[in-house]
Amino acid sequence: MTATGKILLLHGGLLCVLFALQFVLPAYHHGNLARIMVLASYAVGYNILFGYTGLLSLGHALFFGAGMYGMGLSIQHLGFSPAPALLAGLIAGVAVSTIIGLLALRTVGVAFMIVTLMFAQAGYLTVLYFVDWTRGDEGFVIQQAQRILWGIDLSDPSNRYFAALLLFSISLLISLWLVRRPFGKTLVAIRENEERVRMLGYDIQAHKLGAVVISGTIAAVSGAVYGLLFGYVGASFTAVPHSILPLLYVLLGGTGTVLGPFVGTVFMFYLIDLSSGITTAHMLIAGVVLVAVTLFAPQGLVGELRRRLWRWLP
Amino acid sequence: MTDSPKTTSTTPKGISRRGALTGLAAGVGAASLPMWARYTHAQTAAPIKIGFQIHRTGIGAAYGRWYGRTTDAAVKVINDAGGINGRMVEIVAEDDGTDPRRGAEVVEKFANQHGCDVGFGTLFSHVVIGSAPRAGELKLPYFVVSEGHHVASGMLNRYTLQPGITDVKSQVQAMAPYVANNLGKKVTMIFPDFAFGHDHRDYFSAAIEAQGGEVLAQIAIPPAETSFTKYFPKIPRDTEVLYHVMVGPAVLTFVKELGEFFGPSRPEMFGFIDSLEAVDIASPGLEFLEGTYMWEGMCREAQPDATEHAAFYRAALGVDARGASISDPTDVSTYGHMFGCWETLHVIKAGMEASGYAGPDDRTKLIEAVEAMSEMPESQAHPQGAKLFNGKTHQVFGHQNISRVENGRLVRVHRTSIEDTLYPDEVDYTTQSF
Repeated sequence: MTATGKILLLHGGLLCVLFALQFVLPAYHHGNLARIMVLASYAVGYNILFGYTGLLSLGHALFFGAGMYGMGLSIQHLGFSPAPALLAGLIAGVAVSTIIGLLALRTVGVAFMIVTLMFAQAGYLTVLYFVDWTRGDEGFVIQQAQRILWGIDLSDPSNRYFAALLLFSISLLISLWLVRRPFGKTLVAIRENEERVRMLGYDIQAHKLGAVVISGTIAAVSGAVYGLLFGYVGASFTAVPHSILPLLYVLLGGTGTVLGPFVGTVFMFYLIDLSSGITTAHMLIAGVVLVAVTLFAPQGLVGELRRRLWRWLP
Repeated sequence: MTDSPKTTSTTPKGISRRGALTGLAAGVGAASLPMWARYTHAQTAAPIKIGFQIHRTGIGAAYGRWYGRTTDAAVKVINDAGGINGRMVEIVAEDDGTDPRRGAEVVEKFANQHGCDVGFGTLFSHVVIGSAPRAGELKLPYFVVSEGHHVASGMLNRYTLQPGITDVKSQVQAMAPYVANNLGKKVTMIFPDFAFGHDHRDYFSAAIEAQGGEVLAQIAIPPAETSFTKYFPKIPRDTEVLYHVMVGPAVLTFVKELGEFFGPSRPEMFGFIDSLEAVDIASPGLEFLEGTYMWEGMCREAQPDATEHAAFYRAALGVDARGASISDPTDVSTYGHMFGCWETLHVIKAGMEASGYAGPDDRTKLIEAVEAMSEMPESQAHPQGAKLFNGKTHQVFGHQNISRVENGRLVRVHRTSIEDTLYPDEVDYTTQSF
């Protein structure tokens, strides 16, 4: 079988398995997987910038929040229905990521990390500042009646699961398609040797900006969908810890692998969930396991799989 | 470029179809490992499971620790007296990290994994607001102990109730008559510039004006501010009362800098105990609070006229007369709020007994039984005092206390009536279907 065939079989197989799990999972894990798929989509977006382009952002919560608040505020204050609200979230994501990209890409390396972190913190404080619109730190509820998309009640567990699966499938396929296209390969080349790519005549800034916008927009749509599926829009989703989460997911799952973000999200989610059932010091367990994974699988779980077994993994 | 550049679609090593399928099957099996755990339905003789959403970590940890102790004490009392409908009560505690996302996940865990009968105990407003939609969708009665106005404002749903602690709107409103009549009518407010502070700004401003007073200035402190000196010159000179609400660790700096700014000649000061819960009022740096006034839900210091129920409650918690742990006097409690856990658990007990609650199928009966409650007399179940529950708004109302700091101790100087705390209904949850 060709590498392309294997890739299509594996990724298509994962989506088929996720589809099938809808019918067999117990209620708790069914709900978890819906949440995981939305968070994994966020991580897929992050991976395009970090894993494939080599730009470490510490401010992706700003993009996630832009989508979430773009959606939520348009429902809350403009009376939008879910479809145009999702579009508003997407537009907010494109706009914010374009502006941040144009500004932050004037820096490189550690400065890029710090600048993205600062922009995200500014975004968080903006949410708190406009408390009359956003309800600040408390956030607000998207009521069940406001979450009916084309007659489909997104608060229903099955509908929520399929909506999350649809988002994840689109994100995954975009990621897979992108990294196999010349644009994606150029991003990888930039990650590996920026100067050589520049010497070959590629427009580095345009490619990086493209990566920021695609990555930020996927994160924003994930934020908008998260708010719509789980009925809450809050400032904590724009705070620094929420910028660190996708970094952890991607590092654990495998930097620069298409499946890594999903595997990392599942791993991290259940690591915290299961360890909290064992001890109140569950963060200690999570920390030790994370250190162990970093030590023994430095390329992440999927990255290690690629290194040891399946070299064809994208 | 490095010697061996990484690519994204290399195929250096072939793999058989059988190998791929074996690997895929193993991967799916491994991924679903944690999903094999299933919950069992509660049997009639099985304990009643109460999911306790506890702030063990995060900004609410100090509150969470004492909410946990209060909950354990209340459950012991309930179980020693025979439990609920002859069944023991079991607390299933899960840390929510004082985070709304984790909070919602914890609610799902209560409903779908642990098979809890109800959820209970959440304090911080953003966690309540983030979790309540999921509780409603999962049809899990969700008893919060938050003091936020979010329940009575109509923002949440029929499955969310707050029967054990009063909300901020009623607390703030009830302070205005005492402030206007005893401390002064010209008030300047200092508050954090986010939702909690804005609630105080809006509700107190309206209430003090209704008492013939006026708010001279409203000084909002931006979030994450660490020094406050530059805001103090904005306080008008003719201010008679400084109304302050600060939250988080910055309150100690706030008090210290306020003392340095005013020196010995300060206006009267009135604040809320919220930011000084779990903090010894006699701590170094808090001397400036001497002679100032504080709201308390329940008086931290044992009062001379404490009822037998209040004394029983204090003893059951293992808290001394100053509000600290008997085993560790430096471990000061969150006494002004944590009674809410005790009283809420007793309301759950009363509701389950009134509805003949037997299992999750009776959850709606439980909610209807609680909605039918009205007067709750002072008792062992309600040691803070009598309460009035509003079934339409799912919110309880009760007496409030004002204490004065005297020689580093909180001495109660006023106790409001329940009527002082009432306001018109803003929602009728009973019109919502289950």
